[in-house]
Order: sequence, then C-alpha cells, then structure tokens
Amino acid sequence: MSFYRNLSIRQKQVVWAWAFLAVPILFYSVIRFYPTLNAIILSFQSWNLLGPREWVGAENYIKLWHDPVFWKVFRNTFVYLILGTPISLVLSFVIAYQLDKTRLLHGTLRALYFLPFLTSTVAMAWVWRWFYQPVPIGLFNNFLASLGFAQVNFLNSTTNALPAILLPAIWAGLGFQIIIFMAGLRAIPTSYYEAARIDGVSGWTIMSEITLPLLKPTIVFLVVFSSIGFLRIFDQVFNMTTNNPGGPLDSTKPLVLMIYQTAFSSFDMGYAAAQTVVLFAILLVVSLAQLRILRDKP
Amino acid sequence: MSEIRVSSQSLMRKPAKGPRDPYAVLRWTLLAMGAIVMVMPIVYMLSASIKYPFEMYDLNIIPTEPTFENYTYVLSDGRFLRWFGNSLLIATLTTISAVFFDALVGYALCKFTFRGRTFVFIAILSTLMIPTEMLVIPWYLMSKSLGWLDSYWGIMFPGVMTAFGTFLMKQFFETVPDDFLEAARIDGLNEFQIWWSVALPLVAPALSALAIFVFLGNWTAFLWPLIVTNSQELYTLPVGLTTFSVEQAVEWELIMTGAALATIPTLIVFLIFQRYIIRGVAMAGLKG
Repeated sequence: MSFYRNLSIRQKQVVWAWAFLAVPILFYSVIRFYPTLNAIILSFQSWNLLGPREWVGAENYIKLWHDPVFWKVFRNTFVYLILGTPISLVLSFVIAYQLDKTRLLHGTLRALYFLPFLTSTVAMAWVWRWFYQPVPIGLFNNFLASLGFAQVNFLNSTTNALPAILLPAIWAGLGFQIIIFMAGLRAIPTSYYEAARIDGVSGWTIMSEITLPLLKPTIVFLVVFSSIGFLRIFDQVFNMTTNNPGGPLDSTKPLVLMIYQTAFSSFDMGYAAAQTVVLFAILLVVSLAQLRILRDKP
Repeated sequence: MSEIRVSSQSLMRKPAKGPRDPYAVLRWTLLAMGAIVMVMPIVYMLSASIKYPFEMYDLNIIPTEPTFENYTYVLSDGRFLRWFGNSLLIATLTTISAVFFDALVGYALCKFTFRGRTFVFIAILSTLMIPTEMLVIPWYLMSKSLGWLDSYWGIMFPGVMTAFGTFLMKQFFETVPDDFLEAARIDGLNEFQIWWSVALPLVAPALSALAIFVFLGNWTAFLWPLIVTNSQELYTLPVGLTTFSVEQAVEWELIMTGAALATIPTLIVFLIFQRYIIRGVAMAGLKG
C-alpha cells in the first residue's frame, strides 16, 4: 500500500487503468483472440473430435473449392444479401420518410412498424412457416383459394423457398431500419428545407440534393449493418426447413447452416473451420467494398 | 456526439407542422395499411393460439369460441416455464455483466491516459470484425475440454463483454466533462468510486440503451445456445421452441401457442417502455 501512496497522480491513474482493464484484457484474449487463431489453425487440420488433430495443409480449402454444395451455398448466401439489403433499405426509407411527415397517430404507427423487430426470430419463423403451408392449413394459400387463385408452393419449391424464407427476415429487420432512418431524417436541419422551398426547388431535387446526401452516414451504416445480417442468416432457414435443413435440394442453405452441419452433424471440424474462415473473408470484403464505394461517391 | 443525442431525443416528438399537404390523407391511409400488414403475422399467431382446431385454419381473426386450452396444454409439462426462466436468467445476468464491463472499459479507454491505450482500444474494436460463427467451433472445443458444455455458464460466457458496448460507452463518456471527475478526485474519491458514483449516472441513458440492446440480443440468441446445450432443462426459449415445434409437427395451434408464449412477454415490456426502447435502439444504432 505504501508503494501505491508514493506514486504521483499520473502514475496512480496508470495503475487504476490497468486494474480496470485486467479482467477485460484476459477475456478478449481468451474468448476472442485465441479462438480466432484456433479457428484459423484448425482450418489447416483434419479432426473429427475423436482421433488426433492432423495437419493437412490447404486440403480443406481445396476440398471446399471442389465442393458443388459450397458453390450452391455461396450463391444462396449472396442471393440473400443481394435481394435482402436493397429491398429492406428502400422499403424502410420510404416508410420512414412518409412517417416523418405524418402527425396523426404518429407514435402508434411507428410502434406498429417497430414491433416485429422485438419478436423472437425462432417464434416468427414458425409463424411464417405455418402461413406458407399448402391448403387447407396455410394462411396464404387459404387466402388465395378464397379468392379463387391457384395454389403457390412456397417452401417445397427450389425457386420459391429462398424468397419465402427471406421475407420474414426482411420483415423483422424493417422496424430497426425505419427508426434509424427517422433519427437520421430528424438530424437534417429544417432550415435547409425552408431555404429550398423559398427558392422554389422541386421535391425531387430536394430529395436528391439535400435529403439523400445528408443521410449518407445513416445509409452507409444501414447498408453495412443489414448486409452483414443477411450474409449471416441462419435462424430463419434452420427453423423453416427443420425436416431437411437448407432444403429442398440445398436451395435455401446459407453458409452458416453449412458450417453448422459440417461441424455438428458431420463433426468434420477442420473442414467447418475452413468454411468459417471463408465466411469471415466474405464479410470483410463485402463491408470494406461497401464502405469504399459509398464513401467515394461524390 | 451531441448531434446524435439531439436526433435520438427529437425522435420522441411528433414531426413539426409543415405547409399544407395535399397528399396527407393518401399518405396516412397507405402508412396505416402498411402498419396493419406489419403486425398481421403477430395478430394471426395470437389468434391461432386461442382457437380450437376446428377453426384453426379459417381466415377470421377473432375466434367464434375462444379457448385457453392450448395454453394449459403447452404449459402443463412445465418445460416452457423452465425455458422461459433459463432465458430470463441468462439474458439478465449477461446484460448486467456486459453493461458493467463495457462501461468500465469504455471509461478506462476514454478518461485515463496511459501507454498502450490506443493499442488496447484498436484490439478490442477489431474483434467486432470477427463473426460469432467463426468462434463457435473453438468455443465448443474449449467448453468441451473445460466441462462448460450444457451449463448456464457455457451459454453465457461468450457474451459477458461486448466490443460494441465498449465502443458505445467510450463515445458517451467523451461527453462527461473532466472537471467533474477532477472535483471528485479532490474530494478524495478513488477512481473506482468516481467511475461508479460520478461518471456512470451521467451516462445513464446510454447505459439503458446498451442494456436494451444486449438483453434483446441474448433473449433471441439461437446458434450458440443450440450448440452448447444438450439437455432440455438447460435450453433457452428459442432452442426449446424449436424442439417443441418439431415435436408437434402438424399441431399448428400448439406451435402458435408456443410462439405466442415466447413473444407475449416482449410485447408487454415494449408496450410499457415503448418510448425508452425506441430511443435506446436509435441511440445504440446511431453510435454503432
């Protein structure tokens, strides 16, 4: 204790700083950095949990490159992204923009749009799965039948199943994006709009010259955030296709589901680790590319 | 920073009155219809949970003969309550831990000057880039060798601190004037007391925003609890719901009741704390 008392105020602060950080540094080393390293090492090994861990060089990656399922999964993962991000962003922007101009029951409407964001993904996956069932069970097909339309095969079709699973994912994320867009819209000073109005600028010009440019930080954040979400989609797919995960015929299987099955159904740990490294690379490349493109735009 | 606070606060006001708007009625009608579509899945889930099988697949929302039999059936074997309790316990403990440590680290990185500060900050921030999916396999192996599989601690340990929360708290501590801390130092408080009783109360809104985010994340977490648990007594609500629904197979009114049981508590909490939750999400999101 006398050692501590002899320290200067500056030195005492240094001691306190490391005291504050000791447990967290241990945590981040053991629970974040070491496992990351371990995953990368494991991706160059072969291991089924029982036998020994054996070095196999880049064999897992070569196997992945020649695995037709991987390329299907790769394609699916990007379809989730390429459909999901633009659709959810355009929808949430339009809703936020219009909601921002509405005064009657403003709070109630906003709450209703936000509500799905708070629901449990698993619970809602089952609700939508019910909706998608064929007649006489599924709500959508019953509704179509009551109007005299033909049946739609949602989850058992290799073409319709992926969009059908994507829809609840978009639906559940919309509320969050609307709130973020609304906060972004509120941050734009009203004086800009007043000035534009006095100058007689048209509505479209206001949108493209004032609103969108000033919303850019919000848009960049939401593009990156929602893209990462769609690239990592798992809960919905797993729960809506439990009898044949990722089916039919792997047409809905995203990369995370492939990782899960390789690791915890086939116990091919090295191969699964290689897939996680690829996922990491995809996330990194997509985020950096988006940041670059969106930031550079004049 | 202050800009963000202003905009998340301003979210709580109605929009200002603009000039006369010829499209107001059309706009409102379309928005209201959209809002109804958004909540339809939740409404139909709740409606199905109080229907008898004979009208389960009808399109009517209000049942002709409402019943709570589905609920008594689903709750009767006690598993749902157990899973609910597990999720509540895990999400609460993880939230307390994450808010505590994230605020501690965020404060240390913001208010203390020491060698290696930037390095520690960048190191923690860089973990944001690592997806959970990359870590679950090593976590599983680690839990296996340490005997953490199938335990509450095993479910919780990955989330007891978050890099996102650390970053968020560091940003908010920037708004706390150093003079306040200096005054407390002169009063003879030690650094922990200063953090706890001077700095923390000043960032209370940020703490609650972070708490809402962390709690929601843990309440709905699925992949890791699915991997780490084996016995049904330790399942969290999402994992239990999956198991339960697979068991029921075609008894959709029971599956909907299970889904409703997993959703209703969140709905109630949201209805009570609506303003705080929306503001908290906006605050955490804008800083994220």
